[in-house]
Order: sequence, then structure tokens, then C-alpha cells
Amino acid sequence: MTSPGDFGGRETWPLWEVFVRSSRGLSHVHAGSLHAPDETMAVRNARDLYTRRAEGISIWVVRASDITASDPDARGSFFESPQGKEYRHATYYTESDSVPHL
Amino acid sequence: MSGTKTAITDESSLDEAGAARFAELLANDQRVEPTDWMPEGYRKTLIRQISQHAHSEIIGMQPEGNWITRAPSLKRKAILMAKVQDEAGHGLYLYSAAQTLGIDRETMFEQLITGAAKYSSIFNYPTPTWADMGSIGWLVDGAAICNQVPLCRASYGPYGRAMVRICKEESFHQRQGFEILLHLMRGTEAQRAMAQESVNRWYAPALMMFGPPDDDSPNSRQSMDWNIKRFSNDELRQRFVDMLVPQAEILGVTLPDPHIKWNEERGHFDFGELDWAEFHEVLAGNGPANTIRVARRRQAHEDGAWVREAARAYADARMTEKIAS
Ligand SMILES: [Fe+2]
Ligand SMILES: [Fe+2]
Repeated sequence: MTSPGDFGGRETWPLWEVFVRSSRGLSHVHAGSLHAPDETMAVRNARDLYTRRAEGISIWVVRASDITASDPDARGSFFESPQGKEYRHATYYTESDSVPHL
Repeated sequence: MSGTKTAITDESSLDEAGAARFAELLANDQRVEPTDWMPEGYRKTLIRQISQHAHSEIIGMQPEGNWITRAPSLKRKAILMAKVQDEAGHGLYLYSAAQTLGIDRETMFEQLITGAAKYSSIFNYPTPTWADMGSIGWLVDGAAICNQVPLCRASYGPYGRAMVRICKEESFHQRQGFEILLHLMRGTEAQRAMAQESVNRWYAPALMMFGPPDDDSPNSRQSMDWNIKRFSNDELRQRFVDMLVPQAEILGVTLPDPHIKWNEERGHFDFGELDWAEFHEVLAGNGPANTIRVARRRQAHEDGAWVREAARAYADARMTEKIAS
């Protein structure tokens, strides 16, 4: 399993995942996917498809087949359980509640 | 032998765990994502619905594309081009969403150009007048919005996300259509007559976009249980009529249904029966423009084949060069 959108098939053009940065200071965020013959066309198609209303100032495209994803079936064992780990959050430390600026 | 047996047991217990997880996601109104286990029926229903929806956006470009070269002003032409371009984008978002369910795009294109796939029957009506650009925006995009807003919460993640993007763009479509009609209604006698005549033709087909009445819509129940559909066809249709009546008043057009009347008790507008025989005829391929819509799509697809192949060959050649150097 690579990209969630990539199921192979008999496509003329490969599938690309598109990431758009909406403004300076923000991360590139996944916007969707598209088909394109190469990276140059993928960036152009991404501009036409995902930024028709000034939604972005920068675009990344990645070949869907180049993405490696975590195993969806191992969700439980792969990601650390938050159970009993409340001490990783600031809210766990209640004795300092009344102390200002803490 | 025993190894094979274990594998089978593992698989069925995986399925069982998957089914339990799927039920839990739906019960908590959470989203199902492409890599999650899902029942075959759920997957098939979504592939059918999302690809039909994508085809509707793509075919939907034709009735309006018809007027781009004849729009009455440069501004109207620019607006119409932007709208038609949006519909192309909607089609592409939806094809992408359908693909995450395991169908490839070439297959969907083939289903469309061979006439095997269905799309919204509304796009099989012709657009003989400029006022039709107004009616399509106001009534057809209006009905689409009504249908699509609840789909933003569809249980299948990629579908819901595509719908959010689409809905953001649709409100411009409806407003520009309303404005076209508004300007015609403020114009000459002939312009007002053109607007009214167009509304007369589009009103009933737009109401039929919500699908057959609830008691004749056998798959609706299952779609609602799967949290794909959130409201029934008749509920959405009623909601749409309730919005249209005051809007028609502002426009100064008459909706072509003598049975429209406020019902105090229900808190809704009553309206007349629709001609479902016509709906089924058009859906079956016997509408005024079915043949030409599919033929145009097929021709565009076939005429563009050399471009797709050339671009692919160029990309492959560059890749080989890169590896060699
Ligand atoms: Fe659309
Ligand atoms: Fe639209």
C-alpha cells in the first residue's frame, strides 16, 4: 500500500498527490490528487485544479507511488497508546493551577 | 494443508474485526477512510454514486459550454468560462475520490463514453436561449447545492472532502445564474418573456434532480443507514421548493406549478406532482440530448488521445535520459 489514492490500474498518466501552502508561515497541506505525465505538468495541473481562487502561493507534487504509508492494520500496535500517559499533557499538573504565568 | 486453514481463519477473523470497526465508525458518525475495511456493498454503492456524480459534472459542462462563444458581454463570457472550468474541476475531484475505492479512471471514462454509466438526467435537456444560463445557475446549481451540502458529511472521507471543496465553489454558480435572470427580468418585454419561458422549462427537471419519491427509491434506506445520504429525496425536494418560492418572487418570475401554496399546518409549501414517466424516459437515454452529450464526450476523449500519449512518451523519454546521464 503506497498512497491511499493509488490503486494502479491501466492509467495513461501516473497519479500525483498535491500539497498547497495557502499563505506564508503555514505548512503545505494535502489538497487532493491528479493525473499528469510528468512533474512539470503535474504542477501546472495542480495550479489549475486546486488554486483557481488564490488558495495557494506554493505547490508541492509527489508521485503517489513514491509515498510510503504506515500499515493501516497495525494502527493499534504502531501508534503509542495514550492510555495512562496523561502526564504528557500540561493539564496533568494541577497543583500549579493557581500559580500565575505557569 | 493446516497452513492454508490457518490463513483462512486469519482472514475471516480480520474481516470480523474490520466489520466491527466499520460498525463502530458509523455508530459514532466518524469517517471511513480508503484503507479501512468496508462491506462490498458499501464500496460498490460509493463507486457507483461518486462516479455518476463525476460524470454529471463533466457532461454538465456541455449545456453551458454551448453559450460561451455567444455570451452577451465579455464579463458574462469570463464568468461562464470560470463556471464551466469549475465543473471540470468538480469532475476531477470526484474521479479522484472514486479512485480511492479501487476503480481506475480509464474504466470510468470508458463507462461514460460507451453509455454504460448514468449521469444526472438534467444535462440531457437542451439550452436554446441565453436565459437558460440563468436558469441552470439558479435552479440546477441550486438543486445541486441542496443535495450536496449534506454530502459534505458523507461517511466516506474522500467523498466528503471533495464535496466540501465543491460546495464552496457552487454558491458562485447559483448567484451568477440568479443575476442573469434578474437582469433579464429588469429588461425589455422580450427579455422578461425569455426568462420566464426558460424557468418554465427548467423548474420541473430541477426538482427531479433529487431523485424519485421516497416510496419509489429502494436504495435510499441503505444509503442512509451507511451515513452516505443524510436526508431523503422528498425532504430535500421540499427544502428546495421552500427556498425557491421567495426567490422567484424577488425575480418576478412565476414558477410553473399552479399547486404551489403555503401550508400553514406543515410549515412548508405544497407543490404539484411531477411527471416521473418523463424522468425515467430521460434517465433511460431517451431525453432530448442524451445521444449528443455522450457522442461529444466520446469525441473529445478520442481526439485528445494523441495529446495524452505524446505527453506520456515525452515524460518517458526524459526519464530515460535522466537515468542515462
Ligand atoms: Fe459542479
Ligand atoms: Fe455548479
